[in-house]
Amino acid sequence: MKIAVCVKRVPDMDVRFRIAGDGASLDETGIKFDLNDFDAWAVEAALQLKEKAGDGEVVVISLGPTQAQETIRKTLSMGADRGIHLQTDRIPFDGFAIATALAAELRDGGYDLILFGKLSPDSSNGITGPMVAELLDLPCVTAVSGLEVSNGRGTAKRELEGAQEMMEFPLPAVLTIDEGLNKARYPSLKGIMAAKKKPLESKPASLGDPKVKIEKLELPPDRAGGRIVGEGAAAVPELIRLLQTEAKVL
Amino acid sequence: MANIFAYAEARGGELRKVALETVTAARKLADATGGEVHALLVGAAGITAKATLLAEHGADVVMVCEHEGFTHYNPEAAAALAAEQIGKGGFKAAVFSTSAQGRDLAPRIAAKLQVGLVTDSISVEMNNDVLLARHPMNIGKVIATVAIASTPALVSIRPNTYSPVANPKAGRVENVSPVADPSASRVVVTEMIEGGKGKLDLAEAPVIIAGGRGLKSAENFSIVEDLAAAFGNAAVGATRAVTDDGWRPHSDQIGQTGRLVSPDLYIAVGISGAVQHLAGMRTSKTIVAINKDKDAPIFKVADYGIVGDVLEIVPALTAAVREARKGH
Repeated sequence: MKIAVCVKRVPDMDVRFRIAGDGASLDETGIKFDLNDFDAWAVEAALQLKEKAGDGEVVVISLGPTQAQETIRKTLSMGADRGIHLQTDRIPFDGFAIATALAAELRDGGYDLILFGKLSPDSSNGITGPMVAELLDLPCVTAVSGLEVSNGRGTAKRELEGAQEMMEFPLPAVLTIDEGLNKARYPSLKGIMAAKKKPLESKPASLGDPKVKIEKLELPPDRAGGRIVGEGAAAVPELIRLLQTEAKVL
Repeated sequence: MANIFAYAEARGGELRKVALETVTAARKLADATGGEVHALLVGAAGITAKATLLAEHGADVVMVCEHEGFTHYNPEAAAALAAEQIGKGGFKAAVFSTSAQGRDLAPRIAAKLQVGLVTDSISVEMNNDVLLARHPMNIGKVIATVAIASTPALVSIRPNTYSPVANPKAGRVENVSPVADPSASRVVVTEMIEGGKGKLDLAEAPVIIAGGRGLKSAENFSIVEDLAAAFGNAAVGATRAVTDDGWRPHSDQIGQTGRLVSPDLYIAVGISGAVQHLAGMRTSKTIVAINKDKDAPIFKVADYGIVGDVLEIVPALTAAVREARKGH
């Protein structure tokens, strides 16, 4: 089984973001980046499928600046076999531009499965996976939280609001992975050493023309917040009064 | 004049509330440009009966496709049909919901039509013929205003940001035929598992009671359930710590990697307020926090806070809410 996993390096969210001088991008100075959580679960899913099948190859693809190679290297240390880096100065906001470049790379790769994380928290669009599926005319299941693959077919559980769908699909297919499917493994020391010798190819990304453009970025105002009504159950009547008369939600 | 397309989401033969939200958002755009709203509704036989509700919320035309292959969500056939109708209808914009279904559908259609899409928008407006969508990114810490210059412009709106507004229109029903045979799709839903019949979903509930580690055990979640029941219109959510521990299913998780919610009232019970959790609920209209640690970050975003033991305070609050809602 040959599996591709498309991963993205995303900023650490536990910071106060600053807007760059152009007003439409973020100042990335001093911000740490790491493998997107959803993408780590996608890598884990690929590794488990390969281990279960007993053979195969897991290829990790990442589009971005040179530092994206560090992100790929991390997945190689988790156990992926090789990496492909699609070089671009900055990861575009527009999912279509990214999907076009990934589809061009994936088209003739002969992959049985192409996995994505469901969403990346930076651009927060969650559209690249299904767009790639469409560009390659492949079956696609999004938000997968359960997965079985055998004999060229797969079944997946998909999370809905207050419900789940059980899906069946033929391979090759594109899947986007949700939280809950697995817990991503940590790279072992042995894995980290082995990763240094694994192949990592770098080539220019053939981005599509962006269809959307960020006009401006703003930092939302902090919530006023911080009003302590009181301590213990004795504060309940006052809270009820405020919810009725001030917030008008009761 | 520019007409606006709205995708009217249905599940199990019923319209979802988000369908009325997309029609309401589309109506606002259409009124600004002097156009009509054309809603697309797909489902099994009988779904046509739901067109009336879409008309009441501002649909001038309801395109209906009844087919047994649409009994369950059918991503490939629904995307093919919607793409065809949007492509040939000359629409200025197409509105979806950022629901599980809308998240799945809209990018497929955008790729088919090679047009721009912005998901999870909290507001959309037309500005000199360009659709501008306000889109929270970086877990809500940054708000982007994104221009979609393509025609049609595709946008999906965050659930609960456009309240359904009654705005009766003719709602002329036009039957449309599927493009791809819905029975021949490669990807098939074999079963839908409804979680708790009659329970409100997090995306639709006006009130959310969410529990965190401060509840100390899975069993103690019953006090959260009781408070939700006292409200009568509340859903129960949880933090990632709690779903990781298996106290609640992953689908209940509110936060960066879970659900993004914006109810009228959010009550955080025993939640300290990690940045990843705040990402999922900071757009709630009113926030109440109950936590033993007065320095917990949750109190910085809460409109009202009570400091103390949740096991003592929440049952008292439940009783008081029940009393206050008597006669409702």
